[in-house]
Amino acid sequence: MKQWNWRLISTHAILIVGVCFMSLPVWVAFATSTHSAEHILRNGLQFWPGSDFVETYRQVLFVDGGVMKSVLGTTMLKNSLILGIGFAVGKVIISMLAAYAIVYFRFKLAVPLFWVIFMTLLLPLEVRIIPSYEVVAGLGLLDTHVGLIVPLIASATGTFFFRQFFRSVPDELLEAARLDGATAWGFFKDILVPLSKTMIAAILIIMFVVGWNQYLWPLIMTTKEENYTLVIGIKQIYQILAEGGELPQYQKAFALTILATLPPVLVVLVFQNWFVKGLVESEK
Amino acid sequence: MSKVQLSNVIKTYPNGAEAVRGVDMEIQSGEFIVFVGPSGCGKSTLLRMIAGLEKITDGQIHIDDGLINDVSPADRDVAMVFQNYALYPHMTVRGNMSYGLKNRGMPKSEIDKKVTDAAEMLRIGDFLDRQPNQLSGGQRQRVAMGRAIVREPKVFLFDEPLSNLDAKLRVQMRIEIKRLQRRMNVTSIYVTHDQTEAMTLADRLAVINDGKIEQMGAPIDLYNNPETLFVASFIGSPQVNLLPVTFDGQHLVNGNLKLAGFSDLPNSKELVLGIRPDELSLDDNGQFPLRVDIVEQHGSDNLIYGGILGATDDGVEEMEFCFKTSQDMLPDLDSTLTLGFNAERAMVFDKTTGDRLR
Ligand SMILES: Nc1ncnc2c1ncn2[C@@H]1O[C@H](COP(=O)(O)OP(=O)(O)OP(=O)(O)O)[C@@H](O)[C@H]1O
Ligand SMILES: [Mg+2]
Repeated sequence: MKQWNWRLISTHAILIVGVCFMSLPVWVAFATSTHSAEHILRNGLQFWPGSDFVETYRQVLFVDGGVMKSVLGTTMLKNSLILGIGFAVGKVIISMLAAYAIVYFRFKLAVPLFWVIFMTLLLPLEVRIIPSYEVVAGLGLLDTHVGLIVPLIASATGTFFFRQFFRSVPDELLEAARLDGATAWGFFKDILVPLSKTMIAAILIIMFVVGWNQYLWPLIMTTKEENYTLVIGIKQIYQILAEGGELPQYQKAFALTILATLPPVLVVLVFQNWFVKGLVESEK
Repeated sequence: MSKVQLSNVIKTYPNGAEAVRGVDMEIQSGEFIVFVGPSGCGKSTLLRMIAGLEKITDGQIHIDDGLINDVSPADRDVAMVFQNYALYPHMTVRGNMSYGLKNRGMPKSEIDKKVTDAAEMLRIGDFLDRQPNQLSGGQRQRVAMGRAIVREPKVFLFDEPLSNLDAKLRVQMRIEIKRLQRRMNVTSIYVTHDQTEAMTLADRLAVINDGKIEQMGAPIDLYNNPETLFVASFIGSPQVNLLPVTFDGQHLVNGNLKLAGFSDLPNSKELVLGIRPDELSLDDNGQFPLRVDIVEQHGSDNLIYGGILGATDDGVEEMEFCFKTSQDMLPDLDSTLTLGFNAERAMVFDKTTGDRLR
């Protein structure tokens, strides 16, 4: 009994330390963001919330020149949302269609093509970033949402997940649908898509977070402030801090950081159930 | 109501498996045909070729007068009931039943009427708004049938539709399928390896062995007059008793046994004598001494299993026989019964070719 208690205590202690380790920086960032710039400059990082919460966040979100030279926090939030959602939706659509072709159409190159797609998993965006930039620039899509999203949406991971899922769908469903007069498109939209609902939800969520956190590509792609995403905004504001100059606006930098972490957290919290279901569900 | 005609149909799978090796068959309008045979004999393959789910390697299939070799499954106007039902899991019962009609562009009001009628007929009217996972096996089976019925196809195809049900439900559904088919009078082809199902459902039965039709005919004809050893041993439950014998001019001989009453059989060949368990009878002058091994009481009748003393087959002494008798016959275990048989009704086969000799 005693030994068991010890175990319980030690495992909990480790977990608690872990939780603190992970969440303390976030808390400090939040607490600091609620103090005034002078206070921070004089006293350093803050562990308890101050009185400037409303003022700081109002400045960051709604005041022209409050955080960047011109762009508002809300605009960056909007850009990030567009990137996150467009990225996730685009990836799901492209990878479902690719997986559908690979699993259900017996063309000769299906297997090699799948492995080619699969191998691109090994090549991160960074490897092809120069050619991608060239192409997008050539198309005149720099500083546009389309140019930002499209080069990112091809997805080996998504294709792989959907392929595995489609292969687990019984063949008889396809056969029944064929006898029922369903076309290739009809089978996809009436049967496969509804069956993949939870899977789609899970991938949407993961990909939203990944898209939201995209850094290098948006950094290269966007030159105008009005196209900044939150992540780029953070990068810029810390750069300004590092360069020095007038009174450093640490609280605004921290506020922007907190704002950037909120939406992914909210998405995961709200859709947690779907997310788990999509990843573990096997019974169709 | 449609005829189906198969001419020299052959199926070779890409991996070289010869699943169907030349099948000819003519199915009349409204007929209920059952394909029966051991596992792997090609029943499903044949059915799936008629459905259009497998390509036909060679030969021709006609429905009515149209050649359908290259017609897509949807345009063949056939409906199929699968072993695992293959219901669309995310659609309601109504959705499942109407999907095929919707794809054919039928107006909604007409679809509703057909679905309601079919559901009525199958007694699933109360479940129309449920999803398949909220139904029992038997109910799912009915929905699968309903999905086929609403289409009013030219041909119904069934691939072992009852094998996932428990024994009692299977009997019920079997009767129901037969009743429905009578009522709708749609040409039907039914695959099973359950010979009771085969015997009871079929207007005509095709016994398939190794990709070929062994014999086709009314179930009772196949039982009474099997043309080959395979058909004799496949049809009939309990199985026919088989005894390897040779002919010495007057008798069939095996070990100490000499069975009289046979003539006009080849002397030199190895033969097989087949006697149905219910053709045996207690007879003090009989030729078969049966040492009782097991007595199975089935209610109205008993099955007595045991070895025939003095009969051998390749070193096996005491060939096992089954004797079907009435419920009041309860011999002691290890006692010996003397059984006789009617030579007129016994069957003799050529052991090597399997052909029936008399
Ligand atoms: N897709 C396939 N590719 C290769 N060979 C196949 C394929 N499907 C079936 N076969 C082979 O064809 C033969 C006939 O198969 P089929 O499914 O028609 O048998 P069956 O009579 O329906 O058997 P069961 O009663 O077990 O369902 C078998 O030997 C099987 O191994
Ligand atoms: Mg089969």
